Amino acid sequence: MPKDTSANQTLLHVDNISLSFGGVRAIRDVSFEIKTGEIRAIIGPNGAGKTSMLNCINGFYHPQEGTITYRGQTRKQMRPHDAAAQGIARTFQNVALFKGMSTLDNLMTGRILKMKGSFLLEALYLGPARKQELEHRAFVEGIIDFLEIEDIRRTPVGRLPYGLQKRVELGRALAAEPTLLLLDEPMAGMNVEEKEDMSRFIIDVNEEFSTTIALIEHDMGVVMDISDRVIVLDHGEKIADGTPDQVRDNQAVIEAYLGVSHD
Amino acid sequence: MAAGEVAVGRSVDMAALAAQADTFPKLLLKNALERGQRPASREKDLGIWQSWTWDEVLDEIRALSCGLHDLGLKRGEKLAIIGDNRPQLYWSMVAAQAIGAVPVPVYQDSVAKEMQFVLEHAETRFAVVDGQEQVDKLLEVKERCPKLEQIIYRWPRGMRHYKQPFLHSMADIQERGRAFAADNPDFFLDEIAKGKGSDIAIILYTSGTTGVPKGVVLSADNCVVTARNSVELEGLTEKEEVLAYLPMAWVGDNIFSIGQSYVAGFCVSCPESGATVMQDLREIGPSYFFAPPRVFENLLTTVMIRMEDAGWVKRKMFGFFMNLARRVGTRILDGERVAPWDRLLYALGGVLVYGPLKNTLGFSRIRLAYTAGEAIGPDIFDFFRALGLNIKQLYGSTEASVFITIQPNGEIKPDTVGVAVTGVELKIAENGEVMFRSPGVFLEYFKNPEATSETKTPDGWVHTGDAGVIGEDGHLKIIDRAKDVGKLDDGTIFAPKYIENKLKFFPAIKEAVAFGSAREFAAAMISIDLEAVGNWAERRGLAYGSYQDLAAKPEVYALIEDNVRQVNRDLADDPHLAGSQIHRFVLLHKELDPDDGELTRTRKVRRRFVGEKYDRIISALYSGADHVDIEAQVTFEDGRTGTIKADLVIRDVETAPAPAAGEAVAAVAAE
Repeated sequence: MPKDTSANQTLLHVDNISLSFGGVRAIRDVSFEIKTGEIRAIIGPNGAGKTSMLNCINGFYHPQEGTITYRGQTRKQMRPHDAAAQGIARTFQNVALFKGMSTLDNLMTGRILKMKGSFLLEALYLGPARKQELEHRAFVEGIIDFLEIEDIRRTPVGRLPYGLQKRVELGRALAAEPTLLLLDEPMAGMNVEEKEDMSRFIIDVNEEFSTTIALIEHDMGVVMDISDRVIVLDHGEKIADGTPDQVRDNQAVIEAYLGVSHD
Repeated sequence: MAAGEVAVGRSVDMAALAAQADTFPKLLLKNALERGQRPASREKDLGIWQSWTWDEVLDEIRALSCGLHDLGLKRGEKLAIIGDNRPQLYWSMVAAQAIGAVPVPVYQDSVAKEMQFVLEHAETRFAVVDGQEQVDKLLEVKERCPKLEQIIYRWPRGMRHYKQPFLHSMADIQERGRAFAADNPDFFLDEIAKGKGSDIAIILYTSGTTGVPKGVVLSADNCVVTARNSVELEGLTEKEEVLAYLPMAWVGDNIFSIGQSYVAGFCVSCPESGATVMQDLREIGPSYFFAPPRVFENLLTTVMIRMEDAGWVKRKMFGFFMNLARRVGTRILDGERVAPWDRLLYALGGVLVYGPLKNTLGFSRIRLAYTAGEAIGPDIFDFFRALGLNIKQLYGSTEASVFITIQPNGEIKPDTVGVAVTGVELKIAENGEVMFRSPGVFLEYFKNPEATSETKTPDGWVHTGDAGVIGEDGHLKIIDRAKDVGKLDDGTIFAPKYIENKLKFFPAIKEAVAFGSAREFAAAMISIDLEAVGNWAERRGLAYGSYQDLAAKPEVYALIEDNVRQVNRDLADDPHLAGSQIHRFVLLHKELDPDDGELTRTRKVRRRFVGEKYDRIISALYSGADHVDIEAQVTFEDGRTGTIKADLVIRDVETAPAPAAGEAVAAVAAE
């Protein structure tokens, strides 16, 4: 059920963003904001510019026009590692994990920005390095418990089924303790049961860790169920923005996204 | 009353109570006094094994007991326990017993409807559950269970939106309990002192192969005495390591993980989750282990599949030493004489093969392992015994508080279940049914005097419902369920379970159901084992899309037909059973599943239900048709249902000629 987040502070504000690749205009003059604590969905047909939008937010693409304001700081350009340092973590449409490494090690890489210390101490596993490693491991074990992946802790992720890899990827993003979590089609290619599990995890992350979430998803049922507010993009333009109910009834959305109305 | 007065005016002496040792709460006191610093419970949480000593467990249980009392649980009332094996749930059982309430563990994977039946029938007022999943199930049925008032959950995950006043977290209840205990310092021991051996200790609902589940009422004496007898018989000590991973609602888990643990004082470890059992087993390295044949079977299948993928050297080495082990391993285990050269080779095999293999399986430290529930395949049994694992079969039932017979060390025969254990009397009724009388004999079926009098005679003998024979050596051999043993049209004895077990001993066959009672000939429905057959198919480059697709392949039919022919040859060797060879069989399009009601929760076939459900297939088996169209309902894990349509092929199998009486004699004479 959508919760009312209208009174919350704006965490991220996207202002008149436009992005082109040569002659292709991926995003045209789009503005919206994400409020602290909400689950914000971005939907739209294929090629509507959804992933491009996420890539702009975490600094992977640099929009030619417009600004992004995150936690009160307005910027024109940012690099992905800056975004990560400021508490933005993401998952990818096509899982991007270290296939040869175990689930545990993959999650530990999510802690990398939180690790301090010298190379030498790390290598020798001495003093503060040891203490730090244990703390990070404890944190990661909390995530393993949270996502119920104890049984694959030591399994190389390349051997896992797709649905579980998606879950591990969510875990790695969570290991960075993000303020804003970007999920690119977290449920693509999953069966109904896996989707239900993933929906539950997303809602739990949002509510228990108070993480703000922006997600792209194709499954309309899932989007309408779990998000607080929805933005609809079509051909790079924003055509609707509101609660799931408002969006569902919007004529432009029905035409663009669903094609025909089934009354 | 101020906290400072705690020690003053204590009316009950803890040591005297502990010495009575006739209930589990008293045994808890005993363990806390005698081995307070030794571990009692262990659980893997956040990747680390967390332990509680007996002293700590006493403290936790006291807090729970007092908390439950403060919440309103009264002497004689029932408390449902639902969830995976967790120390806190085991503590809840003893906590309830301490204040005279009766724990009723419920199978945690029951669907809501089954759960409702037990809760309603047992009139449980309280329920202690593991977490959100079980809370959801209870909320679904709560309106239909008017007696159910309070629900306590162990794990708060996902519970933040549940505002119902009757939901409590276990931590809150324990906090209330600690406050209550501070105000009423004598309460806990006073309550324990009121308990006695003849009190009801627990009600266990049997999964019920026929009809509705029955609540088996066991007294504290039943559980404590049986546990004590078995501990003495096998020499279990406080140093045993066990992993509790079988359903808490099953009598075996109750006797092993509470009964024997409290009597002998050993520590019970709980796995991190259902999916990690095999890894946890390896980390804990149990010294004492129980598993149904299915688990050993799965382990063997896994080992064999992994070995097929291993390199040439490893495969050869494994083959050589396993042959040696099969030849001499069991004899060494049974203490028989073996040639020194073989002994030496076996020791070498221990270093190179058996040791590493046992370590991988988590069996390095096993001193004693039991298997029961159904017949174990002789190959499987021999494989593990050859490795030097002392696996023994036992025969028991809920009505007996588990133990009826156990195979004594050194007298292990694959086709018997051993001799009567201490305190058990055994006899075979006129109709061939096994009957027993023991200190573990249950009090009654809860609210079901009719069933009680059917099962238990006034002088305490219990009908097991199993047909069996006792050999001259005193070993009991179980053939089948007494009521399932039937006759073919021509009068040949037909023991379906016996045939099914023979079929199931082949790795490719997961389940089999044989028909033949009052029929012209015997026929079978078989469901294949997806893992084993799938692997077999991959090796042959045989592509398949689904279970249904794989099961319909002519190649798979040929594979199974070979197995069936082998069974027929075995049956032909026994003059009594030669007539009940399988003439026709069909491969099912799906696995038999408890969710569809085809198996019980302990995975035994519900014969009558299957017979009705697959009525069309059975008529086709006996009509001479070579295929049958069916449409079957399936239940998915989330409780929704769907239908599967399939066209199943029926295959005829040649039967082996029964040896004529004269030939058999001649063959024996020739040897």
